[in-house]
Amino acid sequence: MADTFPRLLLRHASVRPHRPALREKDLGIWQTWTWGQLLGEVKAIAAGLAALGFERGQHLAIIGENRPRLYASINAVQALGGIPVPLYEDAVAPEIGFVLREAEIEFAVVEDQEQVDKLLEVLPQCPRLKHIVYDDPRGLRNYRQPQLRAFESLQELGRQFHSSRPEFFTQAVAKGRATDIAMLFYTSGTTGHPKGVVLTHRNLIEAGRAAVEMDRLTADEEVLAYLPLAWVGQNLFSYVQALIAGFCVSCPESGDTVMLDMREIGPTYYFAPPRVLEALLTQVTIRMEDASWIKRKMFRYFMEHARRVGAPLLDGTATVGWRDRWLYALGNYLVYGPLRNALGMSRVRVAYTAGEAIGPDLFVFYRSIGINLKQLYGSTETSVFVFMQPDGQVKPDTVGLPMKGVQVKIAESGEILLKCPGLFQGYYKNPQATAEAKDADGWFHTGDAGFLDDDGHVRIIDRAKDVGRLRDDTLFAPKYLENKLKFFPYIKEAVAFGNGREHAAAIINIDVAAVGDWAERRNLPYSGYTDLAAKDPVYELVRECVEKVNLDLSHDPKLRGSQIRRFVILHKELDADDGELTRTRKVRRRIIGDKYAKIVEALYADADHVEMDAQVKFEDGRTGTVRADLKIRTARTFPEKKTAFAGSRQEAAA
Amino acid sequence: MNARHIGERILAVEDITLSFGGVQALAGVSFDVREHEIRAIIGPNGAGKSSMLNVINGVYQPQRGAVTFLGEKRRHMEPHRTAKQGIARTFQNLALFKGMTALDNIMTGRNLKMKSSLLAQAIRLGPAEREELRHREYVERIIDFLEIQAYRKTPVGRLPYGLQKRVDLGRALAMEPRLLLLDEPMAGMNVEERRDMCRFILDVNDEFGTTIVLIEHDMGVVMDLSDRVVVLDYGKKIGDGTPDEVRNNQAVIDAYLGVQH
Repeated sequence: MADTFPRLLLRHASVRPHRPALREKDLGIWQTWTWGQLLGEVKAIAAGLAALGFERGQHLAIIGENRPRLYASINAVQALGGIPVPLYEDAVAPEIGFVLREAEIEFAVVEDQEQVDKLLEVLPQCPRLKHIVYDDPRGLRNYRQPQLRAFESLQELGRQFHSSRPEFFTQAVAKGRATDIAMLFYTSGTTGHPKGVVLTHRNLIEAGRAAVEMDRLTADEEVLAYLPLAWVGQNLFSYVQALIAGFCVSCPESGDTVMLDMREIGPTYYFAPPRVLEALLTQVTIRMEDASWIKRKMFRYFMEHARRVGAPLLDGTATVGWRDRWLYALGNYLVYGPLRNALGMSRVRVAYTAGEAIGPDLFVFYRSIGINLKQLYGSTETSVFVFMQPDGQVKPDTVGLPMKGVQVKIAESGEILLKCPGLFQGYYKNPQATAEAKDADGWFHTGDAGFLDDDGHVRIIDRAKDVGRLRDDTLFAPKYLENKLKFFPYIKEAVAFGNGREHAAAIINIDVAAVGDWAERRNLPYSGYTDLAAKDPVYELVRECVEKVNLDLSHDPKLRGSQIRRFVILHKELDADDGELTRTRKVRRRIIGDKYAKIVEALYADADHVEMDAQVKFEDGRTGTVRADLKIRTARTFPEKKTAFAGSRQEAAA
Repeated sequence: MNARHIGERILAVEDITLSFGGVQALAGVSFDVREHEIRAIIGPNGAGKSSMLNVINGVYQPQRGAVTFLGEKRRHMEPHRTAKQGIARTFQNLALFKGMTALDNIMTGRNLKMKSSLLAQAIRLGPAEREELRHREYVERIIDFLEIQAYRKTPVGRLPYGLQKRVDLGRALAMEPRLLLLDEPMAGMNVEERRDMCRFILDVNDEFGTTIVLIEHDMGVVMDLSDRVVVLDYGKKIGDGTPDEVRNNQAVIDAYLGVQH
């Protein structure tokens, strides 16, 4: 049984030597490396590195976009018993310098001049770095640094080395153990320095294999490697799983051509974070707006039909009548099929999304047009695959079932604790952080709060440190409520309060574009954000959204108590310049709570309005005061199991 | 310092005088360009910079003086002859075929290198097809070089200005020129596009060894890019030398900042 990556490569090279392993586009034409060729390349790289003095247990930095040679280098390093350390291609020089020093790196394989320049910049601080091998020689002709070496020259060196010691590669691979460290991934910590996550061959292979088995991935899959090489997920999808199942990975021509390459390659196995899926949907929507009226009408009609029957048909769970089936088939011919084709997803058999909460509408959109999009949960520390949605058991608000070998425990605080085959060995040279993440009994603290629902599916609700309790001890997950609110197009930002309080309440920012458009269609005049936000019809609109969220929560035994009783629409948009949002547009709940303490108090008093003076910072640095009289409204809450969703929605609208 | 080898003189203009009716555009200008160097022509508006480029590539016939390119001295030259000799240029106000794709636009730059007859190409005769493949490969190399793979099949008219400039440069490169004339390659670009264009110019010079003569207004760009600079003012040469020499030349400072009379 092949239990290391180099052994997996040897196996594929003997079982399917002429099948494609990697592809890249060169001068506009897809060039293929077969498994046999890949092995040849890897051998030459490994021998070249050995000739330069690379030893077992040493680290090697890999920096660049998805390129076949970088993938081959990862395998070559592992064959020598070394540890590849992939780094983000957009990392700035000091970040790279930090990793080079911490991991005592002497060798680096990089893509191009851009990366070489960064390494040369940090070279004075990293005197250990002795060899920089570059793939693309463009612009490097006149670089004279002794550390530099072209990829061809490394391989040439390797071939010479190999001709004198033909058994070298096989011997090196034979020394490898499944418990050897296979990769070192640096995760960008939100605070302080990045931490290196140590993963063994066994970690990655077992986690990857469980997912391969569940989705029955075969050697015939097609994958497009378009996410950063340094991200653990990309590594699992395009390296680990490719080596386990033996499928072919294609590297896009450049970052700008991903959409075109998607259409040409037609991947069957696909991953995209929610923001990518959202951007694609926006593109589709915009292009539909520009289409002729007959196409628009057809699109609307069939998308509405797909929303009703598409997902059940994909799951095969509910019974769908023959008339609906026939209509869906017609829609598939006229709309869904061409749409999947435009998205480059005609052949997608299994697709995943993860990383952040995905809006149910967005998720259901892809499923309804027949793309088998599913959710998964994991992190670098767990070799990604921890919870996954199996085919036919997909619920928009869960991340699926625990994978083979994964043990789950929910801590008192609501935090999810894990033991799993993919669990990391520790943070590199950081025993303190390791001890914080992995307790004495070996449970990994994910930092995420969640619970198992009745079917055993895991639901993630929030970061564990943000989760609180209402006064009656009901679970209160602010981010979960905020996300639910933000999934409505009319609501741009929401801040939920409730920790230690009687009930939950929210401060809301409307989306001025979406609500403005809504107002225009109703002939409702307004002058700007503040004016629009104070209008009674807008309050009614937002109240409907809040009530829908409440109704949804009422179906949930754990979160039923945290329905939003009262809300206010803030007179100004939350802004990073005022310190209310982070630069990546995450709400800073505590700061907002302090700044708008008066509003928060009013939310919990009986008042139906509150006067607020707010300091605002103008773009030129001056500050001013805005005075506003804000209305506070009460939203209906719903007791347990009152009605089905559709019935109540009509009620709420009435 | 750049290690690239600057070779022999490949272009010399001597005593060029050019006037349009009563307006004297150039008055007795002489300078030379060596192989592999980047030579900038700068000067205030109306100094005669574009006219100088047009003299070099044969669009304008000077009343006096001569141009020597690769040892061949001439007074009168047709633009298509200079193109055959290996002089290519880009234009200040793009002159691309807006309705054609980026790929086709760059292919037109290979026009002079095509040997097969129109008929052979039309009926896709074996040799003609093989020739086209060879040219396509060269064009693909340029597309790769200029990083415009994503826009191969996009009609040029739909591309943003910065990318159109890149396609324009690509078409000039497709001619495999010995000497490349760039007329304000950065005009109308934002900071990022400028930075990209700078890098491409340096890379062209470095990778293909192409000699470059460029006109530019952005002094920062000129001083960073060029090996030597010619300064024109009212059709006369007032300075010539390395960027540092030119920067400290009193006549140049006066021309740019104005003098007290």
